[in-house]
Amino acid sequence: MRADASSGTSLLYNLRFRAVLYQVLAVGSIVLVGLYLFSNVSQKLAEQNIATGFGYLSREAGFVISQSLIDYKPTDTYGRAILVGIVNTVWVSVWSVALATLIGLFVGIARLSRNPLLAFLAFLHVEALRNVPLLLYLFLWYALIVTGLPAVREAWEILPHVFLSNSGLTVPSLIWTSAHTIVLLALILGGILGIFVRRRAIAERIRTGQAQVTWPLVALALLLPPVLAALVVQPDLTLSIPEKGRFRLTGGSQLTPEFTALLVGLALSASAGIAEIVRSGILSVHKGQREAARALGLRDGLTMRLVVLPQALRVIIPPLTSSYLSLFKNSSLAIAIGYPDLVMVSNTTMNQTGQAIEGIAIFMLVYLGLSIMISLFMNWYNSRVALKER
Amino acid sequence: MTTATDIAEAQLKMPVQREPNVERRLLHRMLKPLFGTPVNAIVTLACLWILWLGVKGAYGWLVTRAVTEGGAQACKVGHGACWPFYEAKLRFMIFGVYPYDEHWRVALAMILFLGAMGITMIPRFWNRNLLVLWGVTIVTTAILISGGVFGLSYVPTTQWSGLPLSFLLSAVGLAFGFPLGVVLALARSSKLPAIRVIAIVFIEVIRGVPLISILFMASVMLPLFMPSGMTVDKLLRAQIAIIIFAAAYIAEAIRGGLQAIPRGQHEASSAMGLHYWQAMRLVVLPQALKIAIPPLVNISIGFFQDTTLVTIIGLLDFLSTVRTAMTDPNWVGIAALEGYVFAAVVFLVFSYGMGAYSRFLERHMRLGYD
Repeated sequence: MRADASSGTSLLYNLRFRAVLYQVLAVGSIVLVGLYLFSNVSQKLAEQNIATGFGYLSREAGFVISQSLIDYKPTDTYGRAILVGIVNTVWVSVWSVALATLIGLFVGIARLSRNPLLAFLAFLHVEALRNVPLLLYLFLWYALIVTGLPAVREAWEILPHVFLSNSGLTVPSLIWTSAHTIVLLALILGGILGIFVRRRAIAERIRTGQAQVTWPLVALALLLPPVLAALVVQPDLTLSIPEKGRFRLTGGSQLTPEFTALLVGLALSASAGIAEIVRSGILSVHKGQREAARALGLRDGLTMRLVVLPQALRVIIPPLTSSYLSLFKNSSLAIAIGYPDLVMVSNTTMNQTGQAIEGIAIFMLVYLGLSIMISLFMNWYNSRVALKER
Repeated sequence: MTTATDIAEAQLKMPVQREPNVERRLLHRMLKPLFGTPVNAIVTLACLWILWLGVKGAYGWLVTRAVTEGGAQACKVGHGACWPFYEAKLRFMIFGVYPYDEHWRVALAMILFLGAMGITMIPRFWNRNLLVLWGVTIVTTAILISGGVFGLSYVPTTQWSGLPLSFLLSAVGLAFGFPLGVVLALARSSKLPAIRVIAIVFIEVIRGVPLISILFMASVMLPLFMPSGMTVDKLLRAQIAIIIFAAAYIAEAIRGGLQAIPRGQHEASSAMGLHYWQAMRLVVLPQALKIAIPPLVNISIGFFQDTTLVTIIGLLDFLSTVRTAMTDPNWVGIAALEGYVFAAVVFLVFSYGMGAYSRFLERHMRLGYD
């Protein structure tokens, strides 16, 4: 060591010095390339007279967005328009995740069915969806909805007051007011209270060893807040019922063809992956566990719920997380069929303002942020179900 | 006193009970999983009904209701598959806007490429000769597609399109993404904090955003980053985006392989006096890459499908030429499904084939370890 420190030539052979040198070189070259690119960009932007900065977010957008969950009109700002895009992206992702999980769970269990015909159908479902690009399916579902379904004038009434036509699915709906929001919030509060009461009851049972009838208490905790809230704010319960007019359907609320195609496309193709994850999760639980549960006298349903699923979940959750994440990212394909998600709104914004860098930066940051939030949540859930080694 | 031998003898003397009606038992065994319980019987009937609907619908569309003769007008009246559309548009859907008289060149290039792929997929041929094979294949296909030498006319990249373009984008993406992925995976498991952090940030950012945003970045932002007067080909820009995207995912697959190598292997190589790069090249990577092969094949399948996204930034890949064929003024609104069905079948064949290969490989490698 002393020899290394004293002579200059052997400094290169000092491992620690080399480690520092490599890192300085790596960071330095990245900084240099970054500076070079930055100078190019600023020169280009100055030449082409493109403004920089995020000031445009507070300017008037001036374009129409075909569907939005929050109030939006063309006179609103670009910032508001992008918010509409974010909300639309989250909206379609949430519904697709729910639908994909349901279908995936069902198909995954069906693939393990002892009924060979059912297992074969499940196999077909998985392979047909896994081996064809999602984008192709999106185009296909959209084409099927727009060309395969009748025009509004001949809309099919599949259920009373539920119409299916080439401009989407129209269903009766509540006219949403703030009173409804209050009841909904109270319902969520009731849910939390219910879980809390049930937890206390279980803890009590474990402590005393006495089984007590506690479900009325849980039900009370669940229902009291929303009922009270409903009595106080008196929400309007009349439905807006769609009626078939000469050229269009009036009233009710509508699932547009774009939303429906995207929802079906995302949910179906994610369901194939989820089905495989569920299947491998259930297969990973040792047969002896099931037999032991039977020997203890548990019924089939209880065996599944108390013994097989908790152990399968440990295997299922991590890959399920990445499959949710990729569904969320795939929702950006909305732009191909014209559903106004974050990417599509940002794209319109970039075309109008010419500020491509800011536009892309915003939507990349939003995706990155939401992806990180999803994986944090799923990691938290995973740590709860993970094997606790004692 | 009865002994064990007595019992055995008594059993031998007993008349052999013949199984009553072996055929009926066999039938019973076959039908039991299908109709064993009432619920199962209902499930079976429902499945049969769904299968029947599917087969009837497909057969009706493809055969009984199909329009086999006449032009667009005949198809407009019919309700089935429009075969004249395939006749008229098949070559365009496959080769796109590549010059019509030169189609043989891309076709030959594709055959060469798929042949080389086929040879590469056979584990027996995994040796250094493969590098020679791929060197020859790449040079030949590049000359065939691009032209400009040996009397072949030059074809600019704007005319490269269709199925060959999809193959090109995914093959080049994986070929360049792979070494980059190896470097990233090594960097991510490096002991040097700065290098590790750079690799983690790169990989996680790329994996955290959709491919479409990276394609947008390459097509819209990359020109801004270039010095004035310098332009980058549109195809090349998309290709760079795909390479970067592939590298991040490949890096994660390889990292999985690296983590599976026990520390003793690293320590043993150090003990033998190998330095880091020697240890990696000679000891760790050969084992890690072998473990990573199955996930890498799965990534390749995904990438072949993901190249369709370049449609959105306006490149004429296979899906895009199919859509262009469907919106041809002569056929618009007539062949609304035919093109998609054709494209889906092509993707299904290639992806399912690769998937089957991946399963074969996993079995093969499991055998190899025992």
